[in-house]
Amino acid sequence: MQRYLLRRVFQSLLAMLAISVIAFALSQLSGSPVDSMLPQDAGPEEAERLTKLWGLDRPVHEQYFIFLGNALQGNLGQSIKWQGQSAMGLVLERLPATLQLGGFAIIVSTLIAVPVGVIAAVYKNTPFDAFGKIIALLGQAMPNFWLGIVLIWIFAVHLKWLPTSGRGGLSHMILPAIAMGWFQVAALMRLTRSAMLEVLDSEYVKLARIKGVPEWRVVWVHALRNAAIVPLTYFGLIAGSIFTGSVVIETVFAWPGTGLLAIDAIRGRDFPVVQAVVLTFAGVFILVNLLVDTLYAYLDPRIRYK
Amino acid sequence: MTDTTQPTPEQAVSRSKLGVVAQLRSLPMVPVFILVFILIVPALAADWIAPHNPITGRIPDRLQPPVFFGGTWEYPLGTDRLGRDILSRIMHGAKVSLSVSIVGIIFGGVLGTILGLIAGYFRGWADAIIMRLVDITMALPSILLALVLAVSVGPSFQTVIAVVVFVLWALYARQVRGEVLSIRERDFVARARVSGASHLRIIFRHILPNAANTIVVLATLQVGSVILLEAGLSFLGVGIPKPTPAWGLMVADGRQLIVSAWWIAFFPGLAITLTVLALNLLGDWMRDRLDPKMKGL
Repeated sequence: MQRYLLRRVFQSLLAMLAISVIAFALSQLSGSPVDSMLPQDAGPEEAERLTKLWGLDRPVHEQYFIFLGNALQGNLGQSIKWQGQSAMGLVLERLPATLQLGGFAIIVSTLIAVPVGVIAAVYKNTPFDAFGKIIALLGQAMPNFWLGIVLIWIFAVHLKWLPTSGRGGLSHMILPAIAMGWFQVAALMRLTRSAMLEVLDSEYVKLARIKGVPEWRVVWVHALRNAAIVPLTYFGLIAGSIFTGSVVIETVFAWPGTGLLAIDAIRGRDFPVVQAVVLTFAGVFILVNLLVDTLYAYLDPRIRYK
Repeated sequence: MTDTTQPTPEQAVSRSKLGVVAQLRSLPMVPVFILVFILIVPALAADWIAPHNPITGRIPDRLQPPVFFGGTWEYPLGTDRLGRDILSRIMHGAKVSLSVSIVGIIFGGVLGTILGLIAGYFRGWADAIIMRLVDITMALPSILLALVLAVSVGPSFQTVIAVVVFVLWALYARQVRGEVLSIRERDFVARARVSGASHLRIIFRHILPNAANTIVVLATLQVGSVILLEAGLSFLGVGIPKPTPAWGLMVADGRQLIVSAWWIAFFPGLAITLTVLALNLLGDWMRDRLDPKMKGL
């Protein structure tokens, strides 16, 4: 177990390092930050002074190590667009909003997907199953930005049940969470269904039935507990797609999170902020996957000894 | 000698031909129908069948509603705020979706397949490096990377393709590697090696054909998600640049007008949904026929 964990931690660090290289390389592609930082009337001496100050006159690999050293201390420079604020500070300030919406979306989609998946497996090849299949097919085909717009159009503009955009109470989260989570519902439901079908066919489920355990207990306690391990691994992937989804969904719903920050920063060519967002997203994503793998290895001993 | 259950060569041929016909018969007709009419025919023939010019509109005809919502047959799906016909733009938009997915999947698929073959066949350090790269690629939030790339080098058809290739290659490399790992242990590979075949020959003559089904199935399953990715990038303004008619761009155009002119955003999004739905159904069908092992995907 320890060796497995150690190897996974090492792999995660390696991935993080590679991502820092990519983030650094992209900032090199975008041209010199001196041009975007200096006021219009600044002379060449000013530019030279800034170039020296930021170490832009040194070789590229040295610049990378300066960048890495700073990044490790959480310092990714000052924002260009939002004067006087540090890039990392901006990201951390917006992160709770994204985590709140993402967490809510994950909870809602799990609460929908798992029961529908179980019911679809129990009532295989009936209208229930077909209904589940339609939800899944639609979820994987609808672009989330369009779904968001259609939801706003129906529930906010026409029916006036829910607010169109912005951050507020629970009612503000419902539409964005559905738009963000439907795709997950589809995948999670299919996984739950196939895992349940397998488990329901097993010997211990038959034994439970023979013993006279009530059917609802067989399905929701005996079978589901053993089937749940398969969808669990999927949570690592969900975490990733929630972050990716946040960029689109936060734009559609004007939700003031990191995704919207990223779009604003990109439109304002604010590279330090973009770098901070990329590194934070990748870091959280890698961390979540590490946690999921650890949990999985703990639950399923076969993994550790592979 | 006169074993009647053994088919003669002629019978065998006719039976396999019948097989092909039966296979085609069992094609799910609704998805194929949708694809032909929304994606393929418009993509190939938009220049001739689209009723209006997709880029220059008639300002006096702006914001016309669709035909059964107070509009006329002149603009069956209505017009946008520049007086451009939505139907014609959707038809031309099919070109973008189809070409991005075909070009992206070919490049990403070839790159990923080659790296997967190398990793699975040679193992050792090549495998270690390639698989680490796969892990890293999969750990990166792809849309974010796309945004950064689009801003640093400017949005264009090429940047969209680059992003698609970046997202796809890792999927192919991982899948193909897994396949190769089991194929290389089979007897015919050992025999080829003993008879002195070169590595290249073994890889391309003996291993690749056996992995072909997996590659084809993966490609079919991916077309839909590539179309969604391109639409998402275009929607965010970092994909296909304006004024090219792309479905994602059209949804973005109509977003602000959803209250007064819902049709501008609604119909292009519906085109995306139906196309991806049909492609996914077709992909599932292909997978069940060619590669039932991949059921879990």
